[in-house]
Amino acid sequence: MAMRRDSILSRLDWWTLGLYALLAIMGWCAICGASYDYIETDFLDFFSPSVRTGKQAMWMLVSAFVGVILLFFDKRIYKDWAFIIYALTLLLCIVTIFISRDIKGSHSWITLGPFSLQPAEFMKFATTLALASFMTRYGFNINENSNIYKCLAIFLVPMLIIIGQRETGSALVYLAFFLVLYREGMTGLVLLSAISCVLYFIVGIRFSEATISSLPTNLGHYWVLLLIQFFSICMTKFWCKNSATALIMLIVNSLVTLAAYWTAVYLITFNIIYVQYMLLGFNVIYLLLNIRLRKEKRNLWVVLFVLGSLIFYNSCDYVMHNVLRPHQRIRIEVLLGLKEDIVKAGYNVHQSKIAIGSGGVFGKGFLKGTQTKLKYVPEQDTDFIFCTIGEEQGFVGSTFVLVVFVIFILRLMALAERQGDTFGRVYGYSLASIFFFHFTINVGMVLGIMPVIGIPLPFFSYGGSSFLGFSILLFSFLRIDADRDVRA
Amino acid sequence: MTNRKFKLEKRKFVLAGFVLLVLSTYIVRLFNLQVLSDEYKSKADSNAFYKKTIYPARGLMYDRNGKLLVYNQPAYDITFVPRNVRNLDTLELCRTLNMTREEFDERMARIRNKRYNPGYSTYTEQVFMSRLSVEEFARFQEKMFMFAGFYVQKRSIRQYAYGAAGVLFGDVGEVSQKKIESDPYYTRGDYIGTQGLESSYEAALRGKKGVEMLLRDAYGRIQGNYRNGELDTAAVRGKDLKLGLDIELQQLGERLMKNKIGSIVAIEPSTGEILCMVSAPSYDPRLLVGRQRGENHKVLSQDKRKPLMNRAVMGTYPPGSTFKISQALTFLQEDIITPQTYFPCADGFRYNKFKLGCHAHSSPLPLVPAIATSCNSYFCWGLVRMFSSKKYEGGVPEAMDLWRDYMVSMGFGYRLGIDIPGEARGMIPNAKYYTRHYGNYWNAVTVISISIGQGEVTLTPLQIANFAATIANRGTYFPPHLVSEIENDTIASKYKIPQSTMVGREAYEEVIKGMREAVLGGTCRAANIPGIEVCGKTGTAENRGKDHSVFMGFAPMENPKIAVAVYVENGGFGAVYGVPIGALLMEKYINGTLSDESLKKAAEIENKRIYYGDEER
Repeated sequence: MAMRRDSILSRLDWWTLGLYALLAIMGWCAICGASYDYIETDFLDFFSPSVRTGKQAMWMLVSAFVGVILLFFDKRIYKDWAFIIYALTLLLCIVTIFISRDIKGSHSWITLGPFSLQPAEFMKFATTLALASFMTRYGFNINENSNIYKCLAIFLVPMLIIIGQRETGSALVYLAFFLVLYREGMTGLVLLSAISCVLYFIVGIRFSEATISSLPTNLGHYWVLLLIQFFSICMTKFWCKNSATALIMLIVNSLVTLAAYWTAVYLITFNIIYVQYMLLGFNVIYLLLNIRLRKEKRNLWVVLFVLGSLIFYNSCDYVMHNVLRPHQRIRIEVLLGLKEDIVKAGYNVHQSKIAIGSGGVFGKGFLKGTQTKLKYVPEQDTDFIFCTIGEEQGFVGSTFVLVVFVIFILRLMALAERQGDTFGRVYGYSLASIFFFHFTINVGMVLGIMPVIGIPLPFFSYGGSSFLGFSILLFSFLRIDADRDVRA
Repeated sequence: MTNRKFKLEKRKFVLAGFVLLVLSTYIVRLFNLQVLSDEYKSKADSNAFYKKTIYPARGLMYDRNGKLLVYNQPAYDITFVPRNVRNLDTLELCRTLNMTREEFDERMARIRNKRYNPGYSTYTEQVFMSRLSVEEFARFQEKMFMFAGFYVQKRSIRQYAYGAAGVLFGDVGEVSQKKIESDPYYTRGDYIGTQGLESSYEAALRGKKGVEMLLRDAYGRIQGNYRNGELDTAAVRGKDLKLGLDIELQQLGERLMKNKIGSIVAIEPSTGEILCMVSAPSYDPRLLVGRQRGENHKVLSQDKRKPLMNRAVMGTYPPGSTFKISQALTFLQEDIITPQTYFPCADGFRYNKFKLGCHAHSSPLPLVPAIATSCNSYFCWGLVRMFSSKKYEGGVPEAMDLWRDYMVSMGFGYRLGIDIPGEARGMIPNAKYYTRHYGNYWNAVTVISISIGQGEVTLTPLQIANFAATIANRGTYFPPHLVSEIENDTIASKYKIPQSTMVGREAYEEVIKGMREAVLGGTCRAANIPGIEVCGKTGTAENRGKDHSVFMGFAPMENPKIAVAVYVENGGFGAVYGVPIGALLMEKYINGTLSDESLKKAAEIENKRIYYGDEER
C-alpha cells in the first residue's frame, strides 16, 4: 500500500470533527441552561472563570489544544507506547485511591492547585490503547482461551481498580469492551447471553409487581417469556440459519400469543402465562424434532438457551422473593432504580422525569426551564444534564441531540470499519462502544428506564476531566484514522 | 480466513442495529414523557410555582349617617410548608413566639392530625399560628431567616368601632372543608363571612384575591417573580356596605334592653331600611377579635340566653293585641264591619258558654275606641261575623283561607327576605291546618284567639315592625333590609319594589285613627311625645309564664319617619316595657336627641331587670 504524504489536515475526518464540535457546543449550552439561575446576567458572564460554564469553556479550549497536539503523534507512537501509557495510568489510578480526599465517598480525585483531575477518565484511553495493541499482536486469535483471558484482564483490571475508587458507575463502562470483542470474533452467544440475562433481570424485577390489566398475569413474568420466545426465534433465524423453522415458530408464537391475549381480555379471564409456557414447550419440541429429522444440530444450542433462560429467570425470581429479606430486596430494587422511592434514592429520577416531561413538544426555551433552574434535579449539570435539554428544548430538541449523538457513534463505527488493520479497528470500536455505553446508561437513567448509575454523558455533562478524557480518545483516533493506510 | 473476516464484518450491522434500537427506544420514551403525558407538566408547575395569594381588604360597613362601623385591622398568620422546613431550631422558634416546647409539640401534633386538619400535606402551607398582632409579628420577622420553610401571611381581621349590633354584622371565620369543596374560590385558610351580614354579603365584601406567581427552588426558597410578574393579578378590595342602621339608635336600643330578653326592630317605612335591630341579650362584637376570640366565643355560645342568636328575625312569638290591627283592616276591606259598626263587650266576649275576658271600658263601642282600648271582644265578634258570613260560599274554610291570604299579604307567615340569614317564618294557620286538627267540627269560636294575636299565630319581631311600617305607608311595604347601598353596585331589586297588601288605603286611615287615639287616650299613653304625632298599639301576649310586653307604632302620623316594634319577653303589659322603649326610640330618631325627662326614663328602664329564673345566684 502506497504511503500518502498529504498534509494531516486533508486526511482528517472532518465529519467526525464537526459532529464533535456540534456536540460540545450543544453540551456547553445545556450547562448554561443548567447553571443559569434567573439572576439577570449578561451573556458574557457565562465565560467568567468563576462560574461552571466558564470553567467548562476553559476545559474545552484545553481539550482542543491537547487534541491538536495529539494529532502530531502518528499511529506508530500510539501503538508502541500503548503498554507504557497503560501501566502508568494504572499506577496513577492505584495511587489515587490512597492519596485522594474523600469526596462523597469516592476516592477518585487528585487535586492539583485549583484543578482536580479524575485519572479514571484517562484510564479508558489507556485501556483502549492497550487492548488495541494487544489484539494486533502477531498470531492473536480471539478464540484461543489464553488470548481471551488476557483481553479480559486488560480491561477488567482497571475496572476493579476503579471499583476500588468507589466509582462503580465508571467501572461498569469497561463492560463496553465486550462489544469490541464481539466485533473481533468472540462468539455471539456470550453477548446474547449477557444481554438477555440483564434484560430478564431488569424486566422481570421492574414489572414484578404489575399485572396485565384485569388479568391475573404477572407483567414481568409475561414479558420475560415473550423475550425468550423472541430471542429463540431470532437465534434460529440468524444463528442457526433455519429460516423455515424460524418462520413457523414466529407464526405459531405470535398467533397463539395474540389469540390468548384477546381471549383472556375479552372472553374468559385466565392466566395467559401458561399459554406462553406451552409455546416455549412447543418451540423446544419443534427444535428437537428438527435436530432429528433435518439434522439441524445448532438447534440444540437454542434449546439450551431457552432452558437456561427459564432457569435463570426463575432462580432470580426465587432468590429475590424467597432468599433475600425484604429490606435487602428493596435495597436492590432501589439500587437498580426499579422502586419509585420519591423521597430518597428515587428522587433524582422522579424529578428528572418531571423536568423532561414538562418540556413538551418544543420545550420552554433556552434558559427558560423552571425545574432545572430551581435545582429540583440534583446533579443537573453533570449526570442529569439531559434533563435540561429535555426541559428547555422539548421533544424536538432532545430527539435532535439523541440523533446527532447516535450519528456520531455510527460515524465512529464506520471509521473503525474502514481501518486497514486490527489496531485501528479495535481502537475505533472501543471508542464507539465507550460512547455508546455512556449514552445508553446515562440517557436511560435520566429517562427513568435504566438503573441510576452515575456516569456522565460525553461532551454534555459538566466536568473537565471527562471532557478532556473523551477528547483525547477521539483525537488520538482521528490521527489513527488519518494514518489508516499506513501499516504499523 | 477471508470468509471469516467477511462474516465478522457483518457483525457491524448487529452492533449498529443495537445502537439504533436503543435510540428508537429512547425516542419513544421521550415521546411518551413529553408529548403524550400531561402529568409531568402539572407536577412541574406545582414544584416550581408558589402561588402566593394576595388577600384583599374586606369591605367596610358604614351606618346611615356615614359612621364607620366595621373595619379591618392587620394581623399575621405564621404558616409553614412541612417539606420545606429544614434544620429547625425549635427552641429558638418557641422563644420567639413565646411558647413552651410542650405547646409547640401539641400544636404540631394537631396540625399533623388529619382529624383536626383534613387538608394536611407536607407540600402545602399549613397555618402554624394565626392572628398575631403587629408586635408579635415584628419579633418573629426579625428572626424569620432562621426558620426555613416558615412564612408569614398578612391577613386582616375584623374590628368594630362600636360595641353594638354584633349579631347583625355576624362573623368572619376560616372557611369550612365543605365550602372549599363546593366553591372553587376558596382555599384552605381563607376567611369567609359565617353569619349575619358578613355571610349574606360575602360576595361583595370579600373582594377578589390576587395571585403572585413566585418561583420556588428545590429548597423552598423564593427566587423571584415568574416572568417578572406578567401573570400576577392584583387583589381587588372588597366593596363597602352602607347600612340603613342608625348606630346611635342601635346603641340606645341595646341599652334599653339590658337585663331583658327580647327584640327591637325599627324600620324606615318609606324605604324598608332597618334603622335598628336589637336582639337582647346582645354582646360586644369587639370581644370576638384577635387571639382572645376563641375563649370569648365559647362563653357566648354556651350562654343559656343565646346572645349569638338574632331573636329579631329568628324568634317567633304570639303578637298579642298588635295583631288586632290586621284584623280590623281585614274586616273593613271585606265589609264585615264599617268604622261605625258597634260590638258589645260584656267584660269580654261571650258566645254561648264560651267566654274570653277583656278589661274595663265602655260598651258597646265602634272601631276607633276599640283599637284605642284594645277591646278583645270587638275583634272576636268581627271574626265570628266574618266566618259566618254568607258571602263565602265555601263557608268557614273559605273564610279561613281568605283570612290567611290577608295575613300573608301583610307579610306574615312567610319570610320577608331580610338580608341576613336565619329568618323564621312565623305561623299563620289555614283551613287545612284546623281541619287536620278538628276535622270538620270547627268554627270561628274554635279558632277565636287568632283574632287577638294568640293561639296558633306567631310572628317574628321583624314581621311586627314591618307591619307597623305597612300601616305607616297606608298599605304598602318595602321588604325590610339592612344594607342600603353597596359600593359600585346595587342592592337586590326586591328591596326596591313596594309590596301591596290586600287592604285599601281608606281602611288604613281608619285604623291609624285608632292607633293615634290609643296614644292620646288609650293603652299607649306613655308613647305620647310632645311635638310628635305618634301612633301605636300595645300588645300583651299571653304566655305560660308572665305575659310578653309588646308595642308596635310609628311616627309621625303624616309622612312617617320610623316604624318600630318592641318585644320584651315576660315584660308584662305592653305599656310596661314596650310602650316606653318604643317611644324613646321614636323620640331619639325623630328629634336626634332625648329630652332630659326621656333621658331619666331611659336610665330607669335600662336599670330594670326582668328575672327569668336562670340567673346565677
